Amino acid sequence: MNIHEYQAKEIFAKYGVPVPKGKVAFSVEEAVQNAKDLGGKIWVVKAQIHAGGRGLGGGVKLAKSIDEVRELAQEILGMTLVTHQTGPKGKLVQKIYIEEGADIADELYLGVVLDRAKEMPVIMASTEGGMEIEKVASETPEKIIKVAVDPTIGFQGFHGRKLAFGLGLPKEQVGKFIKFAAALYKVYTENDASLIEINPLVKTGAGDFVALDGKMGFDDSALGRHPDIEAMRDLSEEDPAEMEASKYGLSYVKLDGNVGCMVNGAGLAMGTMDTINYVGGTPANFLDVGGTASAQTVAKAFEIILRDPNVKSIFVNIFGGIVRCDRIANGILDATKLVDVHVPVVVRLDGTNAAEAAEILKNANISNVITASDLGDGAKKAVAAAKGE
Amino acid sequence: MSILVNKDTKVIVQGFTGKEGTFHAGQCLDYGTQIVGGVTPNKGGQTHLGKPVFNTVQEAIKATGATVSMIFVPPAFVGDAVMEAADAGIDLAVIITEGAPVKDMMMAKAYAVKNNMKTIGPNCPGVITAEECKIGIMPGMVFKKGNVGLISKSGTLTYEGANQVCKAGYGITTAVGIGGDPIIGLSYIQLLEMFEADSDTEAIVMIGEIGGDLEIQAAKFIKNNVTKPVVAFIAGQTAPKGKRMGHAGAIISGSAGTAAEKMAALEAAGVTVVKSPAEIGEKVKEVLSK
Repeated sequence: MNIHEYQAKEIFAKYGVPVPKGKVAFSVEEAVQNAKDLGGKIWVVKAQIHAGGRGLGGGVKLAKSIDEVRELAQEILGMTLVTHQTGPKGKLVQKIYIEEGADIADELYLGVVLDRAKEMPVIMASTEGGMEIEKVASETPEKIIKVAVDPTIGFQGFHGRKLAFGLGLPKEQVGKFIKFAAALYKVYTENDASLIEINPLVKTGAGDFVALDGKMGFDDSALGRHPDIEAMRDLSEEDPAEMEASKYGLSYVKLDGNVGCMVNGAGLAMGTMDTINYVGGTPANFLDVGGTASAQTVAKAFEIILRDPNVKSIFVNIFGGIVRCDRIANGILDATKLVDVHVPVVVRLDGTNAAEAAEILKNANISNVITASDLGDGAKKAVAAAKGE
Repeated sequence: MSILVNKDTKVIVQGFTGKEGTFHAGQCLDYGTQIVGGVTPNKGGQTHLGKPVFNTVQEAIKATGATVSMIFVPPAFVGDAVMEAADAGIDLAVIITEGAPVKDMMMAKAYAVKNNMKTIGPNCPGVITAEECKIGIMPGMVFKKGNVGLISKSGTLTYEGANQVCKAGYGITTAVGIGGDPIIGLSYIQLLEMFEADSDTEAIVMIGEIGGDLEIQAAKFIKNNVTKPVVAFIAGQTAPKGKRMGHAGAIISGSAGTAAEKMAALEAAGVTVVKSPAEIGEKVKEVLSK
């Protein structure tokens, strides 16, 4: 799960990570009021969407008067922001953050992420703040300092020193930076974050460090113990079909092709998509029905897949393990009674009681159900059916 | 021979009396696995599936001599359970539980390594030595005895792969589902090393997926250390970037962890890489009849 910048900054502030003063607004009037409440002479109006690159896309602008705040709020609220992370369709801006202007002497980068190879959180810092960090990593990797923190000892002074001296900070700023990094590491571990990025981390004229931006993602498996973070979930940022699917224990991701897929297990689901592609077709979706494909979940899966108008055929690929294939075959039959399945459905059932399952489907004699003997055969038949062959 | 487990392996079940633990421990017993008892706190002294229940892993080991634990404890408590097994001196913990918090597994793994306990999983189907010992949730009948070792991140692709190997006229020595989470126990390299040393294993099937770089590390290892033929499939060639594909670890972040990059690394290491899992059986036949 991801959260907005303003929410990340709320969490930062709780842990003593310095952030500029700011307030979120859902309307132009609220934005103006926020600017007045904050005081000062310069404000930044920032679109709040779950994607990076907002500045380049025109979603972050500087206002030098209250009137300008009003104009910019009018411009940004309701706009569809397209950045390199939103995809070509962009994202609708429904809230903006009004922040006091910062005194920027230098821009750095600081992030914490899980290093899967080391099996530890790694803190990354760079002098190249404000740039796309992936670009820095590929073009000038020597400008990124990486410090892995063994979770069994936690953040120590030496971790901080490796970062601060690595960045070449003057000695009067080293202590301040270490304090900042230590607080950020605490934010990461105590909230079960999967990612934190501050880009840019600003050094002010007075030599203080301030998080000018904030991006946070969380480990979905740990949200149960963080109800405060779960409450920050912005449903408007999530795909409605994926959300609905997850309510029924289905894992669904929409793609652009025309062969719908219903598979048990995430790996086999990806493998099925790959096989459809391999035999000359295009998968319309990823869908994992999970370990217990009941009539109800199968029906829901058909419903979600068929909502996509591109879908011309559906490939049901189930490797029955503990779940017996005959039960799944019955589930498919029941599902076709609950949902109007108006495209050809190719069914491949293998594993426990596969022969009984084939018999059930054969006897049911449904005109648009085509049986397949194995994965390759099923993929070919589904692709052919999608082409109307 | 085989790797990790065999007909003499004594197994306890943590989370023995829960719904999942009960069902799958029963299936393992039917398969012939020596399940010698289980652990459920506050239920010590009871008998479940005809086997003794203990309050702690330590008591269970003392009474049964078990060396392996199969763990079905719910996600919020699974880190604790793994560390208890390590503390008590278990040699191998097979963690079936899905949805364990990453931080908990990071700590538990570090503690397991410190105590010389091997782990498999979490979020995995487990390990099976064909026709001898099944520790996990896989359908036993798919795995016929033979000479092919199998390592997979995905559960159902493990079954698909094993099924094809058997239909091609071969069989399985041991199959290990290593799980698709960001932090996992035994990984490709350790298992490849074990299969390379196992006299019964003549070929290895390796099934990976998008996300992380374990397959790339494995490719480097294979190039220098594995003489037996390896057939590999990487799931997710058609997966979009930045989207989590079911497994917590199956996500292409930025441009890293793509199927294309992993397939290229494996091919460069001399591995036979298939573009569809439907070709695993055929390719195994090809490499074994050379």
